[in-house]
Amino acid sequence: MTDAPEAVLEGLRERVRAAARDREPLRLRGHGSKDFYGEALEGEVLELGAYAGIIDYEPSELFIRARCGTPLSVIEATLAAQGQHLAFEPPRPGADPTLGGAVASGLSGPARLYLGAARDFVLGARLLDGHGELLAFGGNVMKNVAGFDVARLLCGSLGILGILTEVALKVLPRPRAERTVRLELPAAAALERFNRLAGQPLPLTACAWHEGQASLRIGGAEPAVEAACVQIGGEVLDAGMAEAFWRGIRDYALPHFSAATLWRISVPATTAPLPLPGAPLIDGGGAIRWYADLPAGTAVREVATAAGGTAQCWRTPARGTRSFAPLSPVALELHRRLKARFDPHGIFNPGRLVPGL
Amino acid sequence: MPTDPFLGELRGILPGGSLLVSEEERRPYECDGLTVFRELPRCVALPRTGAEVQALLRVCSRHGVPVVARGSGTGLSGGATPHPGGLLLSLARMNRILAIDPLLRVAHLEPGVRNLQVSEAAAAHGLYYAPDPSSQVACSIGGNVAENSGGVHCLKYGLTVHNVLGVRGFLMDGEPVEFGGTAPDAPGLDLLALSIGSEGLLMVVTEVIVRLIPRPPCVQLAMASFARVHAAGDAVAAIIGAGIIPAGLEMMDRKAAAAVEPFVAAGYDLGAAAILLVESDGTAEEVADQIADIERVLRAAGADSVRIAGSAAERLRWWSGRKNAFPAAGRLSPDYYCMDGTLPRKHVGRALEAIEAMEERYRLRCMNVFHAGDGNLHPVILFDANEPGSWERAERFGAEILELCVELGGTITGEHGVGIEKINSMCVQFTAGERAAFQAVKESFDPQHLLNPGKLIPTLARCAEYGRMHVHGGALPHPELPRF
Repeated sequence: MTDAPEAVLEGLRERVRAAARDREPLRLRGHGSKDFYGEALEGEVLELGAYAGIIDYEPSELFIRARCGTPLSVIEATLAAQGQHLAFEPPRPGADPTLGGAVASGLSGPARLYLGAARDFVLGARLLDGHGELLAFGGNVMKNVAGFDVARLLCGSLGILGILTEVALKVLPRPRAERTVRLELPAAAALERFNRLAGQPLPLTACAWHEGQASLRIGGAEPAVEAACVQIGGEVLDAGMAEAFWRGIRDYALPHFSAATLWRISVPATTAPLPLPGAPLIDGGGAIRWYADLPAGTAVREVATAAGGTAQCWRTPARGTRSFAPLSPVALELHRRLKARFDPHGIFNPGRLVPGL
Repeated sequence: MPTDPFLGELRGILPGGSLLVSEEERRPYECDGLTVFRELPRCVALPRTGAEVQALLRVCSRHGVPVVARGSGTGLSGGATPHPGGLLLSLARMNRILAIDPLLRVAHLEPGVRNLQVSEAAAAHGLYYAPDPSSQVACSIGGNVAENSGGVHCLKYGLTVHNVLGVRGFLMDGEPVEFGGTAPDAPGLDLLALSIGSEGLLMVVTEVIVRLIPRPPCVQLAMASFARVHAAGDAVAAIIGAGIIPAGLEMMDRKAAAAVEPFVAAGYDLGAAAILLVESDGTAEEVADQIADIERVLRAAGADSVRIAGSAAERLRWWSGRKNAFPAAGRLSPDYYCMDGTLPRKHVGRALEAIEAMEERYRLRCMNVFHAGDGNLHPVILFDANEPGSWERAERFGAEILELCVELGGTITGEHGVGIEKINSMCVQFTAGERAAFQAVKESFDPQHLLNPGKLIPTLARCAEYGRMHVHGGALPHPELPRF
């Protein structure tokens, strides 16, 4: 028998208060699908999966509000039954992730550059802060400018400011039709094509390049998708293959992502192919470049910075390599102050987003 | 007059003509678009560069002088109302478009660039900047960032926060900061999201990077009349429930339509209780498909008539009435007060009925226009400031509408911001703990409390006093309504 949500929440509050009293670090965990993500994993594991369930979903209001432990599979099935979806395509690396983890990580799928990232869909959130106090920010409505946008700040915070107990997300109708076209193109030509097409009124929802092939996904009304396919050209991919391909990018499941060393480089989408060895997998219409097995000692961060972007070490067997690009001193100081105020005893996910915080 | 060392330092930073100290020069800055709040600033600075802004902030920080940043002064919540002892920092002269990159689809802008100017400059590339607040001819991009401005196309294209990729500027102590940029997913906390809509309390923005999107080649507008407001509200839900995201979805009530029709001759159905305007944009194929769906859903929802604009001129005429609602209010009444609450779409009909009852109680007329697709109400309360007690009644009327929005699961401001105007209503929407969190954010960025002090976040004492005024005998207003 599962406990009532109120009892689970009260249990979490007590745990947080005790941890604050004892200065005991807590490692917040939904279903653990993103244990690989971020910097340090420190502290006593605090399982959040039991605080689950959809609180409010009204298709005509275009939002869903659920508790943090709700599995994404449940959310997505509920939305699909009404012809809706989470347009930012939250990745599912491994086990069925929770809503809380999806929002706390702030990760988004291939539609990110076209339909928006996780943070663009956050409408509201509840936070259990370092004082054990429950705070509500934002709401269920699209337009809401009352107070600072703390709900959006929590998206991608990796739990360092507190426990995201509840989230409201904007949902959208699923495109009525969807096609993926594929063209043989070298990387530089694909980047040029992606950016030129994105400047035209076409219903693009994803553009990726991998192993000499550019894949472009178009979604919307059937006649519009049909017309866009004709305009873009190339070969229309079988629907099942297309879905598997985009899911493989979304969930980091294509073979390219399984390399022992993997870097994710974010750059302005028009950036020419980077001066790095090997061929990347390019996502986000050119803005995200995944490099597998770069030789040790490659100046990845320098290359990314020179291109106006940042490099994130997604995976490496080398110890002591930081994942995220370092923050500027002033940004680091702002992080310190925010952390000190929301989590004065430093109990939540210490070091997960920023070393030492 | 003894020389003021503070002003002397400011004069050392700015060239002549960029620092205004005489009363007659300061007077035009005494208020923003919400003219009921007026205050003369100690002085007005009109910097032209980021370096000047930085130097001004350093001097103010050292002297402990409050700073209120201002764009075009079109804000509707008193966000740019000056501080009597402070510097009014006008960014209007920082109005250059620094760069447009058509392939990357971004524009780098100084904060004083006007909203519409961005789309005009991008038009040559077939691109535009989507957020279009009604004041877009005049309002500045820096002001849009401060307020997280919306417009009539937010349902499909988002608010400012969805269309700004990065900001640069300075903290109160002059420290340069940069959040976001043209590469996605900057590391760390999303301080860009936090800075947008922060109403000038966290930083002074001196550069904004915005996303440009392709101009849709086709636009079409449907207009529907309804005999009952509730039916119009249901039609809005039906459109969205049918999987349609229109580019714009606006409603006007009978009073608003009657107010604008004599001026714009739009051809509104003046017998209708409510009129819906539903716009579709995109490729020719998308628009044809969507307009057919929209027409079908409107008819099924009980519209008495549905018309599709026969020409671009007709479409613009239908829109002009909606966009001229405020000027029309100005012709009907010596003064008007525009509210900005948001509530779940399904409660729109109920809210309009409640507002009608309030009209009688406060003895003031109110016409309603709103962004129905977003549930964002703009009730326009008509009053006469020269009549004793009239403004006070209007203010209480407005506050009651906002409290109703909160009770129905909405918010006190959808796009105009809190400023000074809705600071009491913040006590209704947020708990003491939540307000303390806002204060914590403020102090993280501006520990001296010098940037736009007294706005957005009410003090505990203020909320306690407001609570005493409004809670009678322990009962909350509207006991008949379910609480959320």
